[in-house]
Amino acid sequence: MTAFTTGSSDPLPASRPWARRLQGPAARQRYTASPTATPGAHAAPEVSITPVAKRSRWTALAVAIGAPLVLAGCNAPSYFASSGATTQGHDTFKLWSGMMTTGLIIGGIVVLLILWAAFRYRRKSDAMPRQFHEHLGIELVYTVVPIIIVIVLFVFTVLTENEVDATVPLAATTTASGRPVVDITVTAFQWGWRFDYPHLDVGVVGELKNGPDHHGPQMVVPVGETVQITLLSADVVHGFYVRDFNFSRYALPGVTNIFDLHVKHAGTYLGQCTQFCGLYHSEMFFSVKAVSPAAFRSWAAAEVRDGHVLGPSGNPATNIPPKSSPLQPSTNATP
Amino acid sequence: MRIEARLLIVIGVFFAIIGVIYWYTSYEDSGTVMLAAAAILGLLPGGYYLWWSNRMRPRPSDDPEASIGEGSGTIGTFPGSSIWPFVMGMGAFFVGLSFVFGIWFVPVAAGLLVSAAIGATVESRRGGMV
Amino acid sequence: MTTLVERPDLVSPDGPRRPGEPVEIGQHPAHHEGPTGLLKWLTSTDHKVIGLSYMITSLVLFFIAGIMALVIRSQLMDPHGTLVSFQTYNELFTMHGSIMMYLFAGPFAFGGLANYVVPLQVGAPDMAFPRLNALSYWLYLSGSITMLLGFFVAGGAADFGWVAYAPLSEAVNSPGAGADLWIVALALTGFSAIFTGVNLVATIFYLRAPGMTMFRMPIFTWNMLVTAILILIAFPVLFAALLLLFCDRHFGTHIFTVQGGGVPVLWQNLFWFFGHPEVYILALPFFGIVTDVIPVFSRKPVFGYRGMVFATMTIAALSTGVWAHHMFTTGVVLLPFFSAMSYAIAVPTGIKFFNWIGTMWRGQITYRTPMLFSVGFLLCFIFGGVTGVLLASPPIDFMVHDTYFVVAHFHQVLVATAVFAGFAGFYFWYPKMFGRMLREGLGKLHFWFLFIGFWVTYTPQYVLGLWGMPRRVASYPVDAGWTTLNIVSSIGAFILGFSFLFFLINVFVSWRKPVPAGSNPWDGHGLEWFTTSPPPHHNYTHLPPIRSERPTWDYNHPEHRTLLTHKGPTGPGGGAGSPGGGAPTEPDPVGAR
Repeated sequence: MTAFTTGSSDPLPASRPWARRLQGPAARQRYTASPTATPGAHAAPEVSITPVAKRSRWTALAVAIGAPLVLAGCNAPSYFASSGATTQGHDTFKLWSGMMTTGLIIGGIVVLLILWAAFRYRRKSDAMPRQFHEHLGIELVYTVVPIIIVIVLFVFTVLTENEVDATVPLAATTTASGRPVVDITVTAFQWGWRFDYPHLDVGVVGELKNGPDHHGPQMVVPVGETVQITLLSADVVHGFYVRDFNFSRYALPGVTNIFDLHVKHAGTYLGQCTQFCGLYHSEMFFSVKAVSPAAFRSWAAAEVRDGHVLGPSGNPATNIPPKSSPLQPSTNATP
Repeated sequence: MRIEARLLIVIGVFFAIIGVIYWYTSYEDSGTVMLAAAAILGLLPGGYYLWWSNRMRPRPSDDPEASIGEGSGTIGTFPGSSIWPFVMGMGAFFVGLSFVFGIWFVPVAAGLLVSAAIGATVESRRGGMV
Repeated sequence: MTTLVERPDLVSPDGPRRPGEPVEIGQHPAHHEGPTGLLKWLTSTDHKVIGLSYMITSLVLFFIAGIMALVIRSQLMDPHGTLVSFQTYNELFTMHGSIMMYLFAGPFAFGGLANYVVPLQVGAPDMAFPRLNALSYWLYLSGSITMLLGFFVAGGAADFGWVAYAPLSEAVNSPGAGADLWIVALALTGFSAIFTGVNLVATIFYLRAPGMTMFRMPIFTWNMLVTAILILIAFPVLFAALLLLFCDRHFGTHIFTVQGGGVPVLWQNLFWFFGHPEVYILALPFFGIVTDVIPVFSRKPVFGYRGMVFATMTIAALSTGVWAHHMFTTGVVLLPFFSAMSYAIAVPTGIKFFNWIGTMWRGQITYRTPMLFSVGFLLCFIFGGVTGVLLASPPIDFMVHDTYFVVAHFHQVLVATAVFAGFAGFYFWYPKMFGRMLREGLGKLHFWFLFIGFWVTYTPQYVLGLWGMPRRVASYPVDAGWTTLNIVSSIGAFILGFSFLFFLINVFVSWRKPVPAGSNPWDGHGLEWFTTSPPPHHNYTHLPPIRSERPTWDYNHPEHRTLLTHKGPTGPGGGAGSPGGGAPTEPDPVGAR
């Protein structure tokens, strides 16, 4: 199986443009601003895509032809997806990889059958083909076999889904394994994000003057600890999506969505609103910075010192700037 | 007629089953209501057809042995052309526009719709072009 | 003029014809005399005229929405594209999606092709309710005009995506007449679809020719019947949702807003209860077209007829129980139920694929343009289908929801069906509609440019989605690394758009220099190839005996007539061709059906 791996044991190949991890003390600023902040990234990501894509595509092809169904292990082919920076994301990735392999094999067989029929039975003479029109045995086979395949896929789906959706009890301060739970209330609004840490009294609000290259506010989380996200929306439907977490969830007005993230590797991961939410949807970025627990605590203390605290009522939603606040229009967003 | 009836009843029964499963696994209102409505959509005409299919002779179009001649005779009256669908369509158009641009479209729309309704009825009664 | 339509007479007295010889029917005693010119178009209740009106209108809208797509793709060639403003971009993708989904793909299939072909295929003189049919078209046309009016009002057209998620579509977030026009347009076209659905069901149930039992209808007609039933299930829900949204916007209700105790996610429930059947309303007719085209050009009956019908009905039934797989990431739906139902749809779709392959198997395939498009459909649909199975899995949906992966998935599925299969049907029935052929060379050029453009456009979008590019963005960060693939995708879109020039030239050439088609240019199977091209006012003066799902073939090839069981071959010159046709000389195996 190792022949088909796309990367090293490092689950986030640094050459993947989206997977660039920003090591070190990168502040809430543009990624491109600080050269030290992008040690793993290519200097010119646009140029670097093609070779990466080409290599992965051949890998995918090789897997589609030769590999058996893989549903476990880090050596699973990625098919351009992130292998997941969280435990949940990695579970999803394993399911993705296995299902994609299965799908490519089955789809490949069907394509070969189509092409065979299309080329082999081109009209060669005026002889009338035999007018057969059914064969109960074959029809039963291709009804029953897909049913079995689908049931297998469904079982794996449910197993993975239970892993991904599992949350620790809201009130718990430690998980069963003794690790603390950090809870963050994420509030999406037109067009920005607010990250509140009720137990730490920290509140980070997203800036509204987003430009196309501004990566938005930053949510800092500790590595190796379970982070519980409470996702809210202040106005319309938004989508909380971090590519390297292999996860997205709607921020629905009137609905409180709770999910857990367990980040495995330190780094900065880009996120963006995925559900169309109005005029500046394209610029509703945020990022997640995963740091060591110790660094996380000191960051929290510094934030409190700097006055980035929760609103007086403690209710994060009240601190969101009103909709009428003047926006800084970006270059091409003239109404 | 029997196959048509069965087709609709199968649809109705399917949605009834799915609706029950859905209700007892989710307790979600809107989806259950819609599935129940879909079940009724199948069962109502399906039951009607079944009722009729037990009381009528098989039509030539249900008879696999039927010759074309068996169906000869009048099929029905089909209007060759009629202006009233267009008038009624424009009436509906103005009703729609009145929802957006204001109430002053309503008299126009009402005039068109009423004249179309009268015209189409008269046309059917006379059996000719009005 | 109202005509009392008599059932067409027996088969023409000349007796059976030799294989391949076109069937010609001479005189049209029922020739229609009525208004001509513009008045004919305004007043006609003939299903053929209405069907053509539908097709032409929907194709015009298809080209309008296609040009919008090219503008969208041009904008995305540059990360900070400044071709259009954010506002215009949002209007464009909303209108592109709305027109393609509501005004092109559906009406082209169930308004255009079905209107034209279904009465012919069941041997009916017209649709069951001709005036209602005409009203459907006028509602559709008014709805289309209403939708496009959005571009000419203050505030611009609707800009909340074709799904119009509340509360974004509420008055506070989307003020202006454009959104109202969008709602009214959908209400009008929705009623048009409902009326057409009623009409199709009634036509198929009541106006079949003698001997045309349900299980002898061509698969296209079967699929249209099932589609019509789906329309009747889905569109009223859409209308209800639109009405509630309009009340929210103007009458002060709070059905979809949190502020008054409403439930925003209710909109998604209602919309997708319509929206997912709508996807199959768009797909099933085109499956039917392919199922009619492939046997004709393979010179074989369709493989697994009953399996096909069963698969169609299963797809339709399941499609109404999967709506919330569009809402997996809302966190408020029942994941395993909808996941299981969505997976289950893969099974009947797979059956269809294998049946299509089985139909081609050991045939004598000629690659005329319609067949080329049908095989292209098979090859293009399969990858969209496979990724669709993946999306039925909630964790994978979490991973790629609302990214370009989903965009690529549904464009592959919908372009494969509505464009590849749709144009297969158009090329297939064009000779029947106009009595003249389209040029093969131009048709094949159209196909190959479309095929190449299709893959170049949508393959990079899968990768873009997996790299994290969300859908419906007008710009993206320069350092995200998405630029190259976006340029590739845009180039593909232009190839795709370019291919339609060949189509337009083809139609133009066939118009200026007609090549007569005759009544049966493809050696077709269905009843529609028995009458003249174009058919006379009430379609048929004569009908062949109907003893299988391909009566015209049986009539033209009595020695190869369709065997309905595996009881062995029947002798040549059997009962099928004999005048009267009601008394077959050999034991009729039809009873098995």
